[in-house]
Amino acid sequence: MHIIESGNVAAATGVKLSRAQVIAAYPITPQTPLTEKLSEFVESGELAAEYIPVESEHSAMAVCIAASTAGARAFTATSANGLLYMSEQLHWAVGARLPIVMCVANRGIGAPWTVWNDQQDTISQRDVGWIQIYANDHQQIIDAVIKAFRLAQTVSIPVMVCYDGYLLSHTYMPFEEPAQSSVDSFLPTFAPTHFLDPENPGNFNTVTLPDVRPDVEGVIAPGYIEIRHTLHQDLRAALDTFVEIDREFKKEFGRGGNPLIEEYRCEDADFVAVCIGSLSYQLRDVVDGMRENDVKIGVMGVQMYRPFPDEAIVRALAGKKGVIVFEKALSYGNQGALYADIKSALYKSAERPFIHNYILGLGGREIKTQHLLDALTASCTSPDTFEDAPRWIGLKL
Amino acid sequence: MENQTSILNLTEEEFVHPGNRACSGCGLSIVYRTGLKALGKNTILVVPPSCLTVLQGLYPVASTKLPCVNVTFASTGAAATGVRAAMRALKKADVNVVAWAGDGGTGDIGIQALSGACERGEDIIYICYDNEAYMNTGVQRSGTTPQGVLTTTTPIKGKLQEKKDVPAIIAAHGIGYVATASAAYPLDFYDKVKKATTLSGPRYIHVHTPCPPGWSFDTRYTIKVGKLAVQSGLFDLYEIENGEFRLTGASKNLVGKARIPVTEYFQTQGRFKSLDQEIIQKVQEQVDAKWARY
Ligand SMILES: Cc1ncc(C[n+]2csc(CCOP(=O)(O)OP(=O)(O)O)c2C)c(N)n1
Ligand code: SF4
Ligand SMILES: [Mg+2]
Repeated sequence: MHIIESGNVAAATGVKLSRAQVIAAYPITPQTPLTEKLSEFVESGELAAEYIPVESEHSAMAVCIAASTAGARAFTATSANGLLYMSEQLHWAVGARLPIVMCVANRGIGAPWTVWNDQQDTISQRDVGWIQIYANDHQQIIDAVIKAFRLAQTVSIPVMVCYDGYLLSHTYMPFEEPAQSSVDSFLPTFAPTHFLDPENPGNFNTVTLPDVRPDVEGVIAPGYIEIRHTLHQDLRAALDTFVEIDREFKKEFGRGGNPLIEEYRCEDADFVAVCIGSLSYQLRDVVDGMRENDVKIGVMGVQMYRPFPDEAIVRALAGKKGVIVFEKALSYGNQGALYADIKSALYKSAERPFIHNYILGLGGREIKTQHLLDALTASCTSPDTFEDAPRWIGLKL
Repeated sequence: MENQTSILNLTEEEFVHPGNRACSGCGLSIVYRTGLKALGKNTILVVPPSCLTVLQGLYPVASTKLPCVNVTFASTGAAATGVRAAMRALKKADVNVVAWAGDGGTGDIGIQALSGACERGEDIIYICYDNEAYMNTGVQRSGTTPQGVLTTTTPIKGKLQEKKDVPAIIAAHGIGYVATASAAYPLDFYDKVKKATTLSGPRYIHVHTPCPPGWSFDTRYTIKVGKLAVQSGLFDLYEIENGEFRLTGASKNLVGKARIPVTEYFQTQGRFKSLDQEIIQKVQEQVDAKWARY
């Protein structure tokens, strides 16, 4: 069924179709309509779930952590300062290997206060160990939520589904709402092997020592570093798992095929513009225009940012003349995080393109097509004038 | 409430293994053992960082025979909420969901999550053991540390402020059951926990647990110190059931009787050694005024 709705409602609909069992959330712009919709689904009986109107984001994630440990499918959503307020809990959820799914409507971080879109919130949390998937339109949002639940419980790692605040959260677009029966056959019920169970008691997240240690039967159990190493390996393996899940999703629903990166007119391109999120669709228009003037250029959107799909990215970019990375976030005092990641991935490739970095759109500053065109033109025509540092686009002072 | 359980009819089933990592003479270990007996097998525990985390053992061994999820320091009330929500979602109604936290984890960093859970009317039992400081991190002051007490963050003058009345704060949420108890009267505590399991909604029990290293007294005096706190009228045993306050057990027996002077309690512990006469006098007057109201 095709419907026209906001990105937040697309996300809420995905959560409903995924039959989340425990939902806890705290309002923050621009995520709020998503939680409002979910409470409506629960109150009206459309979704058989527990909805907990917690008193903070820290508690929202606490509810999800506990509910997931007890064996229920858990969901929350937030933005910006709400995400940072739960940062301790993000680490806890992933260390405890809980398949929680969370939507983040991306927003800039205070101070000073801003409610508008950039991606500093989730990019700043890239190192916690959560899987990060970015959706570029409403269809991708609803599809990503459903895939995220399946991925999370397959690899026992929590997943963030991120989408640009306002640009996607509050705009209306048509999208296909998958049939419940298809989602049910795609997404098996959550049946963990270990959970809080009086019949089979276990102590979860116990203090763990630096060294390995025998249990009462003498079997050596891992220390903290082994547990964390396993997490890292499982995260790396999640790249392939997600490709596989996306393939099955495509079989069931007919959509997908670009789980890690989404390329547009890249095949014969000399230059590739790279970014995360809905900006990649705006860049497509710019690229189409440049193509008319015989500049061979394409766009690559990074769909999964953590684990980092370095191999797919190198495959896409090695041998190109130039790569231009646009970012709505940065690692302050250094460079754009994506730029640094791509440079490092390309280091091992024999044919390294030049690579430039633009920072733009922070705090919702309008991104003008002309700005993008000027930036890409400068990069393609005089690459040697660039330094290994980001240039900022759209500054007015 | 009158004592219903005696040492003769206390269940023999143990839910805490012997040889756990608590200090000898630990008041917490007494109430943990008795409290789990009262809760029984069909219980899920939620525990934030505290001495209890250590008591429970280091991976891969555990000293508790009940399922337990360790959670972050500030999140106990919300985590218990999450366990209960999952129980409802999974149609497992017949389980005690029990948060068990220290005074710092309850009255300071965890008060927001606990307040939220109380206001929402979550169906959980919350037990706070009050050793009157952050013991796990090495005896720093907490909101519930009494005035004048020496801790590692009030090392010379002692704590300047008075003890925060956490059970009163929780009672102000209007929840159905609030009780206090003491490790020195474990059977009274047992009965209160047992009673809590028969009720629903948020239930809060605040139990005073003497701590030999943190309070600086010899490990053999835990019960004596705990009893003096009650018998001097400093720490009162009571229940507030559906808004109705009543003294219980040893505190109830004190009504109309002469109480031990608070200074006798203070003298048993090194942590009070910098108390001056002025504070002792003030505390005695506060206690007398409180008891005049009972
Ligand atoms: C967010 C956070 N801040 C600080 C700590 C360090 N910490 C662990 S236990 C503890 C004190 C606990 O005090 P209390 O709750 O009274 O329990 P007790 O140790 O006295 O049994 C502190 C400060 C932590 N684990 N997490
Ligand atoms: S420090 Fe005190 S509360 Fe902690 S284990 Fe030792 S005696 Fe018990
Ligand atoms: Mg304490």
